[in-house]
Amino acid sequence: MRLITAVIKPHRIDEVKEALQAFGVHGMTVTEASGYGRQRGHTEVYRGAEYTVDLVPKTRLEILVEDDDSEQLIDVIVKSARTGKIGDGKVWSVPVETAVRVRTGDRGPDAL
Amino acid sequence: MSAADIGFILICAAMVMLMTPGLALFYGGMIRVKSALNMLMMVFIATGISSVLWVLYGFSLAFGDSFNGEGGGIIGNFDFVGFKDILGLESSADILTFAVFQLMFAVLTPALIAGALAERVKFSAWAVFITLWVTLVYFPVAHWVWGDGGWIANLELDGREVIDFAGGTAVHINAGIAALAVVLVIGKRVGFKRDSSMRPHNLPMVLLGASMLWFGWFGFNAGSEGAANGTAALMALNTMVATGTAVLGWLIYERIRYGAYTTLGAASGAIGGLVAITPSGANVNPMGAMAIGLVAGAVCAWAVGLKFKLGYDDSLDVVGVHLVGGIIGTLMVGFLAIDGAAGMAQFALQAGAAAAVLAYSFTVSLLLALLLKHTMGFRADEDAETGGLDQAYHAESGYDFSQSGGGSGYSAGSPTAASAAPSATDDKKVDA
Repeated sequence: MRLITAVIKPHRIDEVKEALQAFGVHGMTVTEASGYGRQRGHTEVYRGAEYTVDLVPKTRLEILVEDDDSEQLIDVIVKSARTGKIGDGKVWSVPVETAVRVRTGDRGPDAL
Repeated sequence: MSAADIGFILICAAMVMLMTPGLALFYGGMIRVKSALNMLMMVFIATGISSVLWVLYGFSLAFGDSFNGEGGGIIGNFDFVGFKDILGLESSADILTFAVFQLMFAVLTPALIAGALAERVKFSAWAVFITLWVTLVYFPVAHWVWGDGGWIANLELDGREVIDFAGGTAVHINAGIAALAVVLVIGKRVGFKRDSSMRPHNLPMVLLGASMLWFGWFGFNAGSEGAANGTAALMALNTMVATGTAVLGWLIYERIRYGAYTTLGAASGAIGGLVAITPSGANVNPMGAMAIGLVAGAVCAWAVGLKFKLGYDDSLDVVGVHLVGGIIGTLMVGFLAIDGAAGMAQFALQAGAAAAVLAYSFTVSLLLALLLKHTMGFRADEDAETGGLDQAYHAESGYDFSQSGGGSGYSAGSPTAASAAPSATDDKKVDA
């Protein structure tokens, strides 16, 4: 099993979710995140005081998948999340040793 | 007073009351989340303190007959202490109506100062400060300006009198310069000028608070006539015209200088306009009100930047908005006053009254702040400041965004609960 993590632009989450559902992914975890890469922050003005906001709002998506699906799923995410502009985000995967479905106690790929 | 006048003033009093919670929201939204409740409470506590003092001796000191004879009065006598005997008087309805209306001013004025001291003072020290401040500064100055025997009220030059209809000197210059004095004593917030998180946490709340202030200000300004008549109507109209124009003034300045029309700027412009029309609105025509509003909006927008250049941390711009706006309104009416009053004589009177209040309020406020600093301590300790004053002094948090909450137990207010009584140990509930 592998854990795929994607940090994407918040407004792309619906496209990514639809593409993943079409691919057959049954579940995912989504969190609001903030951060920056090459796309740095922006400037805000409050009563003339300019504040540089470095951390940009992002959406973080996590999916557990079987080894064989991993590369294809990464492609699905990259394709559906891409706008072509700076700040589109990153996707990576890491190996996962154990996964357990809390309700049944199923372990390994059965738990996905 | 006729029944219509009494009805009008009592309604105005209730409207002015709403300005204090409005101010709490206006200020509170500009604070970081961790100390937002503290800001709300610093403003709101004035409702308690000033109400108590008003009955005990405040009304008497402000509006009793002058101690030192009519005409040159510096403070009222003790005739109305505890409101004794007032209920039996033939004129009790008039006195009580006036007293409840003016009480709201005594609540709001010290509360205005809170914005300058945001996020870094001990709550107990603040409560003591405003108790002393209204006693030694607000009550006397209100007597000078509005008391029948007050010396500013009786100044005359070339047949003219000082114009301060609803409190440009007694309220806004007074609170604004006091804020500057205290800020100079307590110093800057940790992270002032470099911490990028020091921005408003809730601008919709700021706009809501500003709008409540604006609404209540019709009572504040028009009600200051003390009667339901044409002067009150002119004041109400000018209150709207000057404030609307000041919103535009601030936004135009911001668009030119920073390239954006900010919500905070619109809200701040409104307050700047309201402040400037407060002393002047009953004595100018609507075109004059527009001029005052435009100047107040644009100049206040510029003035709020001074703290960064000069290095004093007037956190929420009490100086930049209330002091500067108050001075603009107080001085401009010298040249814009109707009925032939406008001119150098009127201007000199206005400047003299402003200077007297500036000097007195600054001096006494500075001494009070120093007194507190060297006795009970005015400034919160640094852990409380950086961790947030809400936890340190109020044992609450303003917002709970998380469903999991993070709690580990709940006890229904048992008086023996060890956690309820702050102890000398480090594990007390507040400060956690």
